[in-house]
Amino acid sequence: MTPFTQLTGVAAPLMRDNIDTDIIIRVERLAGTTRESMGAFAFETWRIRPDGTEDPAFVLNRPPYRGAPILITGANFGCGSSREGAVWALMGLGVRCVIAESFGEIFTGNCFQNGLLPIALPGGVVRSLADAGVLTIDLAAQHILAGGDRILFTIEPMRRASLLEGLDDIGLTQQHGAAIAAFQAADRVARPWVWLPDGP
Amino acid sequence: MFGAAKMRTLFDKVWDSHVVADLGAGWSLLHIDRHLLHDLSGGRALTDVLARGLPVRNPALAAATPDHAVSSAPGRAGDTASTGGKLRISLRDQAAAMGVRFFDVGQDGQGIVHVMAPELGLVLPGTTVICGDSHTCTNGGLGALAFGVGSSELTHALATQTLRQRRPRTMRIRIDGRTGPGVTAKDLALHLIRRLGASAGTGYAVEYAGAMVRAMSIEERMTLCNLSIEMGAKIGMVAPDDATYAYVAGRRFAPSGAMLDQAICTWRTLPTDDDASFDREEALDAAAIAPTVTWGTSPEHAIGVDEAVPDPAGNPAWGAAIDYMGLAPGQPIAGTAIDWVFIGSCANSRLPDLRAAAAIARDRHVAAGVTAWVVPGSERVKRDAEAEGLDRVFRDAGFVWREPGCSLCVAANGDRVPPGKRAVSTSNRNFVGRQGPGSRTHLASPAMAAAAAIRGAITDVRRL
Repeated sequence: MTPFTQLTGVAAPLMRDNIDTDIIIRVERLAGTTRESMGAFAFETWRIRPDGTEDPAFVLNRPPYRGAPILITGANFGCGSSREGAVWALMGLGVRCVIAESFGEIFTGNCFQNGLLPIALPGGVVRSLADAGVLTIDLAAQHILAGGDRILFTIEPMRRASLLEGLDDIGLTQQHGAAIAAFQAADRVARPWVWLPDGP
Repeated sequence: MFGAAKMRTLFDKVWDSHVVADLGAGWSLLHIDRHLLHDLSGGRALTDVLARGLPVRNPALAAATPDHAVSSAPGRAGDTASTGGKLRISLRDQAAAMGVRFFDVGQDGQGIVHVMAPELGLVLPGTTVICGDSHTCTNGGLGALAFGVGSSELTHALATQTLRQRRPRTMRIRIDGRTGPGVTAKDLALHLIRRLGASAGTGYAVEYAGAMVRAMSIEERMTLCNLSIEMGAKIGMVAPDDATYAYVAGRRFAPSGAMLDQAICTWRTLPTDDDASFDREEALDAAAIAPTVTWGTSPEHAIGVDEAVPDPAGNPAWGAAIDYMGLAPGQPIAGTAIDWVFIGSCANSRLPDLRAAAAIARDRHVAAGVTAWVVPGSERVKRDAEAEGLDRVFRDAGFVWREPGCSLCVAANGDRVPPGKRAVSTSNRNFVGRQGPGSRTHLASPAMAAAAAIRGAITDVRRL
């Protein structure tokens, strides 16, 4: 996973509630598109017109927001489908941090699997950042610097450590190999109906 | 009482019994009993495990079937060239290489993952179930702790048979009273989302309880749990009871004989203890609910069919939704002309759903200019429906009878509602472009969808 430590960059405002993962990446882009190339289709419905050209009215197509690494948005961002392609598409577009009032839960998990930082803040604070321009985000200090203001945020210690160091969850879990084996051995006795035989 | 054990919820009991290791700060390494793999994310997950040089730890605990991208057209078994066809072949080959059970098109077992897995007895009370699909919560209708995950977590689970999870808070929603005629589990779910909001459940595991829920069939409980994620909740559950055990018994991968008896003994300990407490409690009187339909582009944009499109004053999101949907504030939702009807999806494609729709369609005909599709949730549902003659009822009424899969719920297989066209759909998402770019979706129950097809407009099924 790509580590996340500090980030300074333009924050693009996309102030709508309930932006779902279908809008972030359309379902037909999930097949036949590599992770690395999904950025081209991020927010396709809003960003690209039917004739294939960019819609200049969409915020991420306009300077200074084109390529902005930070997105400021409404409540329940990333609700809906579990598609991790939504995170890959955002990262492909250059987004490394999303600041919102709240997030879809599966989307949040997917962010932390990929090094995209989701910051949840009260609605009033989020709205005050919409026109803030350039922000500096420091994950270790858990603060955002906006002009002269310093805004604190909280990321759970487990996830913060993982993001700061770019840790690999599978690698961490493999350290529990003995505990998994012991659990499974006991469970085969306690709940034999769970343990299906191999084969069709 | 001496040494009284802490009173626990259904969720607590299932969670606690799956903790492999305590990771601290509310996090656990949780054992996963079942993973369901589908064509859109399953093949990629298996490839990712392989690419890391890891084996699938317990392939017998996984099951795979094509549903999202597979064609719903007859004759699809020969399709290996389309995107859906290629994904099906890829999933089939990967599953075979890894020793994962695969249920192919035309076989008993193929279908929407959340329809076929309970049907086969793969999902059991008290199990943990994951899938790369947010509607995995559907399986909570059987008393399973089931939730959707992304690709990375799917890979993690395939490699380790565990997931690192933070314990959610708990919410109980009691539904008492009895629904009136024409009101279904779908209407209750849409009403709940309207009242609580599309993010009310974020961070919670929801348990549905109360007399109305106890009286529901297992299929209705699955419909109710299916829409948990539309309220933000990754997990929705109903405690197992005799109806659950009767549903499970006799299914292909369910225990039988003495082992079933042993399992039921364990499952009987799962329901929430009388004095257990929840982080949040909500209550709903089922008798007060009308058939419910959505007017906008979020499942929380729902109203009774006897109500009008709301005034968006002061709410730009509502204004944008009304605009996208081509409606006017104050317009009664009933009577809105429609072009398409879709009866299907993991919310409402099981045999009782098709029976309810067929009861409306029988001896009537789809209105001129309306395209109405019925897509059974699984090969089994399709065969059972055909054995009852439901396909005949639908065909005679002018509906199109398709092959099982997700089809128009997610529009990943080329099935699409054309731009600007208005659909009444028994699925669970009315997002912008969900059923195809520019499509407009009104969510409703199977009976309401069938009534809309007959009348060519959104119709109160109670007045048909």
